[in-house]
Formats: sequence, C-alpha cells, structure tokens
Amino acid sequence: MTDQTQSAPAQRPAATSPDTRRRGATLGLAPRDLGLFLFVAGLTLCAPFLLNPFPADSSLAQFNAGYPDLMQRFVIFGIFAIGFNILFGLTGYLSFGHAAFLGVGSYAGVWMFKLIGMDVLPAIAASVITAGLFSVVIGYVSLRRSGIYFSILTLAFAQMCFALAYSVLTPITGGETGLQLSLSDPRILGAAASASGNIPVPSLFGVEMRETTDLRLGAWSFSLNVGYYFCAAVMLVAFYLAIRLFRSPFGMMLRAVKSNQQRLYYTGLNARPYTLGAFVISGMYAGLAGGLMVSMDPLAGAERMQWTASGEVVLMTILGGAGTLIGPVLGAGVIKYFENIFSKLNDSVLHGWFAFLPDGLENFVVAIVHPFVGKGWHLTLGLMFMAVVIFLPGGLVEGGQRLSRLFRRKSGPETRSTNDTPAE
Amino acid sequence: MDAIILQILNGLDKGSAYALIALGLTLIFGTLGVVNFAHGALFMIGAFCAVTLSRLIESSRTVIDESRTDFLGNPMEVQVPYVVDWFGESGGAFLIDWAVPLSILFAIPIMITIGWIMERGLIKHFYKRPHADQILVTFGLAIVLQEIIKYFYGANPIPTPAPSAFQGSFDFGVLLGFDPLTILYPYWRLVYFAFAALIIGGVFAFLQFTTFGMVVRAGMADRETVGLLGINIDRRFTIMFGIAAAVAGLAGVMYTPINPPNYHMGMDFLVLSFVVVVVGGMGSLPGAVLAGFLLGILESFASMREVIDLIPGINQVIIYLVAILILLTRPRGLMGRKGVMEE
Repeated sequence: MTDQTQSAPAQRPAATSPDTRRRGATLGLAPRDLGLFLFVAGLTLCAPFLLNPFPADSSLAQFNAGYPDLMQRFVIFGIFAIGFNILFGLTGYLSFGHAAFLGVGSYAGVWMFKLIGMDVLPAIAASVITAGLFSVVIGYVSLRRSGIYFSILTLAFAQMCFALAYSVLTPITGGETGLQLSLSDPRILGAAASASGNIPVPSLFGVEMRETTDLRLGAWSFSLNVGYYFCAAVMLVAFYLAIRLFRSPFGMMLRAVKSNQQRLYYTGLNARPYTLGAFVISGMYAGLAGGLMVSMDPLAGAERMQWTASGEVVLMTILGGAGTLIGPVLGAGVIKYFENIFSKLNDSVLHGWFAFLPDGLENFVVAIVHPFVGKGWHLTLGLMFMAVVIFLPGGLVEGGQRLSRLFRRKSGPETRSTNDTPAE
Repeated sequence: MDAIILQILNGLDKGSAYALIALGLTLIFGTLGVVNFAHGALFMIGAFCAVTLSRLIESSRTVIDESRTDFLGNPMEVQVPYVVDWFGESGGAFLIDWAVPLSILFAIPIMITIGWIMERGLIKHFYKRPHADQILVTFGLAIVLQEIIKYFYGANPIPTPAPSAFQGSFDFGVLLGFDPLTILYPYWRLVYFAFAALIIGGVFAFLQFTTFGMVVRAGMADRETVGLLGINIDRRFTIMFGIAAAVAGLAGVMYTPINPPNYHMGMDFLVLSFVVVVVGGMGSLPGAVLAGFLLGILESFASMREVIDLIPGINQVIIYLVAILILLTRPRGLMGRKGVMEE
C-alpha cells in the first residue's frame, strides 16, 4: 500500500459498512464463500472414498482414481491452478511461463532435502520463497508490457530457465537426469540414511509422506495416504487465502486492472504494484505446488518448466473457468483425471465395453474411439479445450451456471427475475 | 574471419525458416488481427506434405524377379515403384529423387485449402473475441493438429532426403579467396535460403505491385473505410490467410531435408517465431523478416565455441535474451507500427 492509494483509506470506512457484516461471518467468509469453502473441504477430505466408487475387482475399477499418487496430483495441480487464476483470472494477464516457478520451487525443495533434512516444511518454505524471488524479478520486467507482449516475455523467461536448467546449470539442477537425492548428501539436521541404509523419504515431523493405510470395506478398498492429506490441507489453506484475496480490496483493484487499466491510471492509481503483487502471489503458489510435488516424490526435472507445462495450467484454469474461485480446482481435477483414465484405456478394454454390439459394428466403434484414448489422449484434450473456448468461454463453471439456470427456468418462471441479479 | 562468415551462413537457413513463419504470422495478424498459435502446426503440416508425397511416389508393387535369388535360394522379391512403371527406369528414379521439391506443387493447394478451412471454420468466429481467447483456441487447434499427425505418422522423426544433386557441400571459402575446405556449406541450405528469399520477395511484390495487394494493404491500414468503399475485404483477408498458411507450409516442405520432421517440430518453431514477430514488431512485415534473419544469425554466432567458452549456455538463451532486451528498450519491436496491440 503506497502513496497511490491515499484516496482509498478515506473511502474505506464508509465502504466497509456492508463489508463488516460479511467480515463478521465465520472464518471471515461471506456465507456463500463459506459454503463453497466447506464444500471443497468436504470433497478433498472424502476424496479417497468419493474417487473410488467402484469395487476393486469390478470391471469398472479402472475408473477409480482414488489412489494416492493421482489424488496428490489433483490437489497439487489444484494449487498451481488456483495461483495461476489469481493472476490470469483477476488481472487478465496471460502468463505463458508459470511452469518456471513450479520448476524452480521443485529444485529448491530437493536442495533443502539434500542439505537440511527430510522434513517437508523447510523444503516447502524454501520452494515458496525461491519461487517468490524469481517471480519478483521476472514479474518486474515482464509487467512493463501487457497483452501478448507480456505473454511472450514470460514465455521467454520460462524457456530461458528451462534451457539453462537443462544445460549450463547441470551442477545445480542435475540436467537431463533431474535432481535426485543420494546417500552422500549432507542433510545436516537429519539422518543421511534411513535405518535400513536407504535414502530416507520425505516426512513431516517423522511421519512419512508415503505412509498409506488401506481400508477394505467389503468389495471396496480405499487408501488413505498421509501425503495426500498433507497436500489437501495445504490446498485448503491456499484455497482459503485465495477466497480472501478475491474478496479483498486488493482483489477489487486487480479486477479493475482487468476491466480497464487506462481508467485506473486516469483515476490516479498506479496499477503496477497491484499486478506485480498478483504476479508474485501466483508465482509463490506455483512454487508451493512445486515444493509439494517434490515432497511427494523427491525428484525434480527440467521438463517441468517447459512451456507445454505452462500451457497445461492455462488449460486447467480456462477449462474450469478463469476468474472463478472453484474453476481452477475443478479444471485441474478434470484434466488430471481424464489424463489418467484416458491414457490407460486400450483396445482390449474398448472391445470389452462394446462387446454387446454385433462384431462388425464393434470393430468399427473401437476403431473410431481408438485414436482418442491411450496415447492419443492429448487429441481428446485439445478437442475438449477448443470446445470449451468456443462454446463456454467461462469454462465448466459457466456451463454449470447455464444448466442450473435452465432447470430453474423450467421449474418456475417466477424465479426468472431473481436470476438476473446474481449473474454478475 | 572465415569462422564469422561460416556462422553467418549457418544462421541463414534457420533464419530463413524463422522469417518465413514470422512472415505468415504477421500477415495473419496484420490483416485479421488474430494471434495464431496454430501457425507452427501449419509449418509442420507442410513438412508432412513432403513426407506424404515422397511416400506416395515411392509406393510400389512387389514383383518376383526370377533371375536373382535371395539368401534362402527362393526367387527374389523386388519392390517396383509405380512411377517406374509409368515413366520408365530413369524417369521414375528422377521423380523419387526429387520428391521434396516436387512436394511444393503438392503442398500449395493443400495448405491454401487448410488455411481457408481454418479461417472460415474457426478463426472467423474469433475476430471480436479478446486476444487471449484467440491464443487459447488456436493453441488448442495446434494440439489437435499435431496429435492427428502423430496418429498417422508416429512419433519418430522421418528422414526425407534432398535430391542427390543437392547433397554434399559447397566450398564457399574458395569463392571468397580463403583456403579450400575452410567454409563448407551444404547445397541444400543454399537452396533453402534462395527459396526463402524468393518466397519473401514474392509476397512483398504481391502486396506491393498488384491491385489485390494494394487493397489488402489498404485494408490493413483501415479496414472499415475499405469496407465502406464497397470492397469485400473479408474475402481478401481470407485469401491472405490461405497465402500465409501456404508460406508456412512451403517453409516446412523445404525444411524436411535439413531437419527430419516430427510431430512437435511446429511447436518448437512456433515459440521462437513468436519471439521473432514480437522482436520485429507486431504487424510489420519487413520487421518480421529482418528479425527472423537477425535472430537466426545471432543464434548461430552464440553457438560458436569461443562464445560458449566465454558465456556458458548463451547459445540456448540468446534469442530470449535479445527479445527481452528489445521489448524493454523498444516496446514496439524493431519496426513495429504505432497503435498495434497497444490497448
């Protein structure tokens, strides 16, 4: 808050009067946001059960997504997308280099494991701080331009990080093989090797991240993983902070940047500190995601920084709905789920599905579906993404809103008048 | 001195590819105001046109040659290309050898059609949408196109050789009075450079000296007024999109002997081409060409051993570094027009 905002404090006491009522609500969230937050919290906590709806031995078990590795990816990419959304959704600045922060965070995390010890907290702190520092520098330079120039600048920085990590910085980054832990690492605050002489695994106050309890209920089996719940807790904190940020005066300023930056300048406000703030916050979210990623699997590779990885987080945010709270989490979940399920399908599974059709028709259907699954899953992703951009610019969230509006309109025409107001 | 000349020459072929792709990107941006992230995919499709045609030409039937035997003692099976049947031994061999240059004729109509379909089918609907949406939808299209190519041609690079007449290297040093064998330059890269120069010259001449080009330039300057004069500027812009697609496609066709095409080559070039366009200045055709060659040559200078020893890793990042420097000092790029992309 610098001198540019001098006029704002004068207004704020007056403006807070409707606001304080909201502030008085639980956890500092308005009832609607609280509902959303509790909904997300409930979903993430019950995810191991919700994502395993099919008995373990049934033929539909391949649609189960409730194993730790995948669930961890859901929430980690959820954090990444939430952070990206703070920048893109609020300010409209489309960064094509966000994966660089994720990669930098990963490297910082692994280095903390190597130097300090296997506790995840210092690693995550280091990831967030390093990514934050990088984003201050990159953001300071890139934000001098807007529009496509900004996209290209961030892309250029990310590609530079990627190229350097791959080649010159090999002593720090491990180059092509990636940065791995080894038995000869110092680890000054922890054991250099576990009791059995192996490389120790990441842990939180002695609880190993990979620890999993398998729960069998009849034909169903659920795995409860420490790492997942840790990530989920971090994601809930991140999500909570994002909600607060969306509803804060700072968030309003960011929206103002998106809607009309020129007008903001005419009002005598400097948009740059706000956009830089948003950029750094979203960079730190990306670093947090990177830190969590290595906490689950202590290995960092340069390919995490490639621009296709940046493109992926853009896809997630758009698919879910840019500028909405729940959208990015939703998008990350959908993309990671379909990536996992679609790439597992192969021809024999398909034949199994369509076995009820006559032979000729079965082969025909399988031949048609074949290019879209397995290795061809990116084709499905591309088509899905194009369809969303073309028909649903607001992403899945807008799709949901449209659907609910449709149903409400059918159920009773008298509600139509109220529908117009919450559409924002 | 000879090392410097060699690096300039080395930079020319990559610079030509950058310049051609950037030229197409700028044409599309200047006419339609659309940021086309699928342009790299068009380059890649062009390269695969060459692959397809050379496969078509080489398609053959199996003949049993009684006079020879294979290692099992059975009569040998020989593959006889159909073109040999049709054009005789030497004619067929000539066609197979010259498959890549011949693909130019094959690629032009295909690329124009693809460009036309893309513009009418998809991009037309995005004129009024924000640039971010245009970037995103064409990015999605690029993924789809490259996955389709991957599905049909596999993930491995496909070697597609140049005609044997152009294999080998040209001793450039002798021409300039250096010792023989100091500056060797593959013939095909010379051809590529000449070809790129021809295309670029052709596009500029087309815009400068034809009535059609004049209308297009007028439309780039002020679309509305041209429309008010009763000229169907949309149709002309669609044709320009087709031409831009053809330019990218031809750049891809001729690039196949230099770099065996694979499905992600488009994306690799796209990122760099965008940097080139931005460095040259959005919407400036000469800027795009100039920046393309400039960055190509700079890149090859940066990969000289002496330079790498001085600043390690510079060859990987030089283009991005230059782009950052130029964008910060000259916001509109080298030759950018005022008022383009400055909302």
